[in-house]
Amino acid sequence: MPGMRVSAAQALCAALQLKARDEKAEAAVLSGIAAWAGQFTPTVSIGVQAVLLEIGGCFRLFGGLENLLRKIRSGLAELGYEFVIANAATPVAASILARARKPLTVIEADALSAALSPLPLALLDCSPDAISDLAQAGISSIGAYLALPRAAVARRYSQGLLDELDRALGLLPDPQPLFTAPSRFDTGLELLAPVEDTGALLFALRRLVFELVGWLRARNAGVTRLRLALKHHDVQTTEVTLNLITPSRDADHLLALWSERLARVLLPQRVEAIALTADEVPALAPRNFSLFPEAPDGVTLLDRLRARLGDEALCRLHLHADHRPELAWRATDAKNSSTNSPANQRPLWLLDEPRRLDERQALDLVAGPERIEGGWWDGRDVARDYFIASDLHGSRFWIFMDLTNGAWFVHGICG
Amino acid sequence: MKPVLQAVLNRADVWSGDSLAQPEDGIASGFPELDAALPGGGWPRGALSELILERQGIGELRLVLPALAGLSRANRQVIFVAPPHIPYAPALVQHGIALSHFLWIRVSDPNDKLWVAEQTLRSGSCGAVLCWLPTLTERIARRLQSAAEAGKTWGVQFTAADRAADASPAPLRMRLNAADRNLQVHVIKRRGGGWVAPVSLNVALNVDYVDHVVDVHKFSQSSAASVLPRERHIAAARGDERYYATVDTRV
Repeated sequence: MPGMRVSAAQALCAALQLKARDEKAEAAVLSGIAAWAGQFTPTVSIGVQAVLLEIGGCFRLFGGLENLLRKIRSGLAELGYEFVIANAATPVAASILARARKPLTVIEADALSAALSPLPLALLDCSPDAISDLAQAGISSIGAYLALPRAAVARRYSQGLLDELDRALGLLPDPQPLFTAPSRFDTGLELLAPVEDTGALLFALRRLVFELVGWLRARNAGVTRLRLALKHHDVQTTEVTLNLITPSRDADHLLALWSERLARVLLPQRVEAIALTADEVPALAPRNFSLFPEAPDGVTLLDRLRARLGDEALCRLHLHADHRPELAWRATDAKNSSTNSPANQRPLWLLDEPRRLDERQALDLVAGPERIEGGWWDGRDVARDYFIASDLHGSRFWIFMDLTNGAWFVHGICG
Repeated sequence: MKPVLQAVLNRADVWSGDSLAQPEDGIASGFPELDAALPGGGWPRGALSELILERQGIGELRLVLPALAGLSRANRQVIFVAPPHIPYAPALVQHGIALSHFLWIRVSDPNDKLWVAEQTLRSGSCGAVLCWLPTLTERIARRLQSAAEAGKTWGVQFTAADRAADASPAPLRMRLNAADRNLQVHVIKRRGGGWVAPVSLNVALNVDYVDHVVDVHKFSQSSAASVLPRERHIAAARGDERYYATVDTRV
């Protein structure tokens, strides 16, 4: 019950646990929700323990008021918050209704005063002294207060309360300071209890990912690089990064990737807090919404493979302009990439390292020699005669004789 | 026919022995003799093919490459899951593969290999997934087959002959042997059943055959002078049990 002393509360309920109110955390939650809500309307502001959205101009875009409210409700539920949504003609009236836990929609001015009248004055955002003065005079509801003669009220009690009610009823203008979403998504979350398995981490991560998705929608962007900081009690923060092939803002996709990625992380200690940072947020082309789902299947698959196996496991091959066979390919796109393949037949399998042939082994030479020399410029000089050779079983190999010492090596298998 | 029975017969891993009726269009293998032996006239889409081979280097990749090249050029992903060696990009290009649609996945953990194989087969966004799993147990084969079916993707597993099971849920199984310069393909199981005579395919390397042999030891000492007549050399090599000891050519 508001206003009750701690001692009284403890007398009533011995098992009561007190938690200090963390205003900083509250403000962080509100700005997180405000940034997320930017996807619905450009006009977002932060009120007193409330986020205010101006939706008069945009609800048609979402297919009517009910549809918009349903979207906001399900979104907030996904974020994991408890909330009351009230919808009124003025920001103050909407705030009062929400604080009174009345999820109503009141648009007309007459209905507005009727709806507010039965509510206690204490719901107004003004000094507690003014409220208690009025309470001593037997006036506790908004309706009773409005019934008093205006001039006398203004003289005897504070003007502030009167102005606040006028703003609520739309009699005074009430411009709201616009909330501007941070240009960088970097949001943290203190975990209620330290977490030691990655499954529980994923649960905590859900809220941050949903906030991120709202923030990305408001900016018409996707994310390609995410960084998750896992903060421990007394050891260094564990940093986990996630790279995507194409920008995405699909919460399910991102969470699936994190699930694979986190499964590979060894936690040195329990995690007390997490923070998610979006490092690269390229704009999404508008056509991505209308014609295609947010990520084509192939990209979703590659992202999933990469998240589980690591970036190095997935190799796109490229040709590289170099005569030396071991340098004629690259696993990543190199500057010196080439589109020309050699004129002579190459083996489909290349061995990691050329393997020395036993001196007494004999092979049937099928084709060759092809002389390959070069590399004096970077110290990896080669001078070799290459042959295609066959063994008794019909397997074909790519072998060479090192011209500097006459030794024979297998370098590839024809496959 | 009862709907339940029909549903069972519709499964890709159940085949009825009486006909080759209405097979789905296969992926042309590039070898007309082989296409003629395969139901659907080509490699089966949405099913697992198991290729059983004694040793590598006999043309096992050249057998599937024409089909893979076609898929990659049609913008379908071709995926190699944990191959035994480095897939050599210049040779892939020579065989017509579009490298932009070729992906080599390097994994060593056996569970990861299975996971990748299943995910890529199931996703439906790949044209072909080639796997080199150490063994293909019945349980694994069944899973991969059902993934290939769900993703309508051609799955290929290369199995070493000494590890091959007698039976497998893979709807297409064939045994590969080198035969002179050709590759002999023996279809041991196909959808629709029936015995097929072994097919001999010319998967020759695109080279001018020089048809001479060399004794490596002597060659290295005195260069081209020691090129030997073919018959003599093979006789010598047969007596040498340490033949090719340093290269494990098994899969």
